Amino acid sequence: MRIPILDALAAGTILVADGATGTMLQAAGLPVGQPGEAWVLERPAEIVSLHRRYIEAGSQLILTSTFGGTRTRLEKAGLGDQAEEIARRAAGLAREAAGDEIYVGGDIGPTGEMMAPLGRLTYEAAVDAFAEQARGLAAGGVDCIYVETMSDLNEARAAVEGAQQASDLPLFVTFSFDTHGRTGMGVTPAHAAGTMAGMGVAGVGANCGHAPEEVLDFLPQMQEAAPGLYLIAKPNAGIPRLVKRQAVYDAGPERMADLARQYVELGASIVGACCGSSPEHIAAIRQAVAGGG
Amino acid sequence: MPQDRLFEEMTQAVIDGSPDRARALAEQALKAGIEPLEAIDRGFKPGMDVVGEAFAQGELFIPDLIMSGEAMKAAIGVLEPELLRRKQQRQVLGKVVIGTVQGDIHEIGKTLVGTMLAANGFDVYDLGVDVPAQKFLDKVREVDADVVGLSALLTTTVLNQETVIQALKEAGMRDRVKVIIGGVPAGPEWAEEIEADGYAENATEAVEVVKRLVG
Repeated sequence: MRIPILDALAAGTILVADGATGTMLQAAGLPVGQPGEAWVLERPAEIVSLHRRYIEAGSQLILTSTFGGTRTRLEKAGLGDQAEEIARRAAGLAREAAGDEIYVGGDIGPTGEMMAPLGRLTYEAAVDAFAEQARGLAAGGVDCIYVETMSDLNEARAAVEGAQQASDLPLFVTFSFDTHGRTGMGVTPAHAAGTMAGMGVAGVGANCGHAPEEVLDFLPQMQEAAPGLYLIAKPNAGIPRLVKRQAVYDAGPERMADLARQYVELGASIVGACCGSSPEHIAAIRQAVAGGG
Repeated sequence: MPQDRLFEEMTQAVIDGSPDRARALAEQALKAGIEPLEAIDRGFKPGMDVVGEAFAQGELFIPDLIMSGEAMKAAIGVLEPELLRRKQQRQVLGKVVIGTVQGDIHEIGKTLVGTMLAANGFDVYDLGVDVPAQKFLDKVREVDADVVGLSALLTTTVLNQETVIQALKEAGMRDRVKVIIGGVPAGPEWAEEIEADGYAENATEAVEVVKRLVG
């Protein structure tokens, strides 16, 4: 039986998270253009099976298949009304795979809309959408809420506020620093971490992004700005190039494992991978940071 | 205020991304008898050049570019009716149809390209996201576009850039329109492979590429 995730981190446990979800589901037959959340309803066994593959590879923290699960994004697929239910079911599927030993993070991604004044989405509407998703995730039995791939600091704040309205679960927030060492919206790692620390989250980090090597620079910046927070590194498996119409990411399992070891040396408590990764990457990372145990 | 000083303030209003100031300065210019075209070319447009360059260099980011684009739009909104009244026209460098390809809902990159092209004198027809090939073809035909811009941010949807190019070929339209592609998984090699006419890394570069293609 697992202990609460914050107790595990406080005891110095390094948790290996999972890898890519969307591209893995597409490899299993999810049509391009359809959100992974659709399979939560239609083909739940595929979702459970993917979670299991990551757990077998060594993931100790798996994320629900709900990255695009805010009402605002699901509306584009005609599923907006079912946001909370999809979140609850997705959390249930992850828990089914995880059992009592593995941690489940309730995944929340960006709304896909620009926040006012740049776009139309108001702060309040964003908070509501995130709260709705977080309620479903919490009801489905996740161990923590895991917000990722944030670019706009205001949207990240709305996600935290929404998640805090919905539950008392520990919160982790990671950003995609993919543009000259900042997010596309211009947020530095230090600014992101400092702001999140002020809102009472448990951990911050970098996910997705550009080259995974850049995360080596981001971790110390975040640590300095938010010394009390756990650090997370879950970058892409390198930069994609199209070779014969197939996406090839330039960082293989060994490279990602080598980087994961360095992230841990820099203080990261949760390491994993994002776009372009597979259970093979996770197995190598687990081997590298936890001795395979 | 001396003219040069006014032009400098216009430039600064765009750099600062202040639509209100840009609008007020445009009105002030008209009152002072400054030619609307001169206000655009010597006043507002240089601001967009500065911002575009800083964006490409990683000194400014998406919100800066959007707000500067808004300031530019606010100024043009004041100056354009006056141009029409004088039966003058902004020099239109070309017509560009842009959109994010089918299956892909990433909006920001494509919108920034549209903003920069519009600010640089192109007529831009933005079809939005998740755009089927046929819709690109219909719009190109309807407006007699010079260039079509295809955005894709996913390794899976980037293949649909090729789908659009194939559809253009099959419709016998490939020779009448240039194709430019962009997005993370795309690159110069991919552009070459699918026989696109150009690839741009960011919105600033897209302007240069499109200018070259219509030049």
